[in-house]
Amino acid sequence: MRNRLHERRPDRVGDALTWLCGGALSVSLILIVGLLVVLAWHGLGYFWQERLTALDLRDGSKVVGEILEREALPGQPPGPDGLVPQRIRVKVGNRDLTGSDFRWIDEADIVSRSEPRDVLLLERLEWGNFHGFVHELKRGDEILARGDDAWPALRKLVAEKAEERDALERLEKHELGSVNYAIEKERLAERRLALEAPPEPERSRREAAIVAETQTLQARYDALAAQLVEARKKLLAETVVLVAADGTQKEMPVGAIVRAVEPNRIGFGGRLRLYLSRVWEFVSANPRESNTEGGIFPAIFGTVMMVLLMSIFVMPFGVIAAVYLREYAKGGVIVRLVRIAVNNLAGVPSIVFGVFGLGFFVYLIGGTVDQLFHPEALPTPTYGTGGILWASLTLALLTVPVVIVSAEEGLAAVPKAVREGSLALGATKFETLWRVVLPAAAPGILTGLILALSRAAGEVAPLMIVGMVKLAPSLPLDGNFPFVHFERKFMHLGFHIYDVGFQSPNVEAAKPLVFATALLLILVVLSTNLLAILVRNHLRQKYATRSI
Amino acid sequence: MSFPPTEGPELVPDTATSPRIDKPILSVEGLSLWYGDAEALTSITMEIPERRITAFIGPSGCGKSTLLRCFNRLNDLIDGVRIGGDIRFHGASIFDPRVDVNTLRTRVGMVFQKSNPFPKTIYENVAYGCRIHGMQQTRDLDEIVERSLRGAALWDEVKDRLDESALGLSGGQQQRLCIARAIAVEPEVILLDEPCSALDPIATAKIEELMQELKQQYTLVVVTHNMQQAARCSDYTAFLYLGQLIEYGETGALFVKPQLKQTEDYITGRFG
Repeated sequence: MRNRLHERRPDRVGDALTWLCGGALSVSLILIVGLLVVLAWHGLGYFWQERLTALDLRDGSKVVGEILEREALPGQPPGPDGLVPQRIRVKVGNRDLTGSDFRWIDEADIVSRSEPRDVLLLERLEWGNFHGFVHELKRGDEILARGDDAWPALRKLVAEKAEERDALERLEKHELGSVNYAIEKERLAERRLALEAPPEPERSRREAAIVAETQTLQARYDALAAQLVEARKKLLAETVVLVAADGTQKEMPVGAIVRAVEPNRIGFGGRLRLYLSRVWEFVSANPRESNTEGGIFPAIFGTVMMVLLMSIFVMPFGVIAAVYLREYAKGGVIVRLVRIAVNNLAGVPSIVFGVFGLGFFVYLIGGTVDQLFHPEALPTPTYGTGGILWASLTLALLTVPVVIVSAEEGLAAVPKAVREGSLALGATKFETLWRVVLPAAAPGILTGLILALSRAAGEVAPLMIVGMVKLAPSLPLDGNFPFVHFERKFMHLGFHIYDVGFQSPNVEAAKPLVFATALLLILVVLSTNLLAILVRNHLRQKYATRSI
Repeated sequence: MSFPPTEGPELVPDTATSPRIDKPILSVEGLSLWYGDAEALTSITMEIPERRITAFIGPSGCGKSTLLRCFNRLNDLIDGVRIGGDIRFHGASIFDPRVDVNTLRTRVGMVFQKSNPFPKTIYENVAYGCRIHGMQQTRDLDEIVERSLRGAALWDEVKDRLDESALGLSGGQQQRLCIARAIAVEPEVILLDEPCSALDPIATAKIEELMQELKQQYTLVVVTHNMQQAARCSDYTAFLYLGQLIEYGETGALFVKPQLKQTEDYITGRFG
């Protein structure tokens, strides 16, 4: 017979399958990369300041703004020159004067364009940005600076006012806030006293203590309030008179200006500094203007704290359940049923967990806790309403199947030889489990935690009914005893995206924030995961069960 | 699971195939073992001498490992195991319900076929047994770790890296570490289940040498597939086949002049 070793046997199906698998993987990768690029492009571009352009329009009006995009006029035939008429979208700012931040302008209406060097961009606490020119700086009726001196003076003053504003905020939030918190506690103590109605000498003694304490606090409150009024007056003492592009004059307190820049004078370095400062503000400041401006720090904080609390609940719970299922439970119908139930639990829609959390944690447990420990605050619920504790517990319930399954797999992967080695030294089953098996299974268990973290950080639906809010007055962690306030409501990045994108009064302004917030949510999930992965790799090295 | 010792007629060892042993530390009396319905050991009766090396030889699946694992009741872990007959350790039944199996395993240590160091440091591997028995003093532990590692002829090789993972050691070192771990709790008997089957000849030679030293202080029972090894280092040899003890005697006699044809066929390599 002829030697056919060199003839290639055709394997059409196998080749096609290889291409199919490779193609599927590539498409997934492209989708992921595309997602990140879209988010980064739209989100990160928002903080970059372009030059401001002054436009003279055919109707004689003038606007100054940042040109954001250009597109063909929809539904227009090409003109005589063969070109479709274009229009541009301009961020004109000055919402207090014109009623809206953004305008579409037909290019046909533009008479001339220029980039005036002395144009100003002011970011304000209210009404969004102001585009225009500085006229003069005043304190009351006294004129501080005018003309060419006005800008340097304004810039210096804005920086001073920023410090004053920070001090004011500290005073209001921390010092006055603590006193308020203490006064509220005394009020509750008084109600508690009325409810408990202890015998006479004790009652008077406690009442006297409460009255005395309240008086001291009230005195401090009055002093701080007076200080606050004074500081606020000082903050608003200076005003700046501005002129918009169309000549309208506007006077506003310098204290209301967050940031003042001359976008057409600063170079690339200045622009970069501005960019970084805006990004920093975004991640570190509180939101303003119904979440469409300022930062999203409370949402980041709420998300991270909720996820960490959840891990604290879900880890021991899931691991103990897995240890029982894998190590102690005798195989049988019931154990099999439990396993099936656990696996199915992972597939229950998350909103169902939310409803369960509301009915069980919030109403039943929270309501009972209120009746037993906080009766003085009723009918205002303390724990009987959504809060970060209930939200974390709900999510812990949602993610516990994932942890159980992974922990079981981790335990199963510990070789029998290692267990026998420990038992042969006279260790009991529990000692073996605790000292040898669990450490060796730790990487597998952490894999479960990573999956749980990813799932929990992105979950929004169940949280909407167990404690997430669009704007939380205070963080669940602060300087007032007992520091961690489990009953408080919290903000969450996922809900923030929904709220900013779809519930906000100023959708145009909020759109880039949706992308930026989404990008940040991904970053938060990624960094929590990265942390867990680092810990896992460390443990893997330490407790590797096979080496040769 | 409990293993009531069966009170049967005293099974007298067949003098033809049993050596005279003055001071047995372990006596097996009519031991039978079933995995479910399958009988793995059939009515085995033998005595293990103190401070000697006893080797179990036989083809795969003959029950020698199963018999070895009866001595520290490691078969308890397997579901569906039933045991008849008795094993006496210093004259007392190890299947007595009052026996604490953890204490038994402390006194009857074991080294496995595949080295199974814990995923911990070398130091912690050796100290493990002492720690679970409540020893906390670092100074005492240091002493025990050094003594055990010296006892297992490993000290000089690892004394500078006690805090490194035990999994970084070579296969032979790992096996000696497992021996060190076993002798750290000062057992009376050490069971060795094919301790050299995964090792190269040099590592094997070291372990065999070590066994000769350990014999001064401990009773060793070793399961081996390697006939030369049994001939080289054991004092007594038992040949098992299909769950039965075929022949048991002093190693020299058994290898030079086996009493039974089956034994002769096996040790001369005609089957197995």
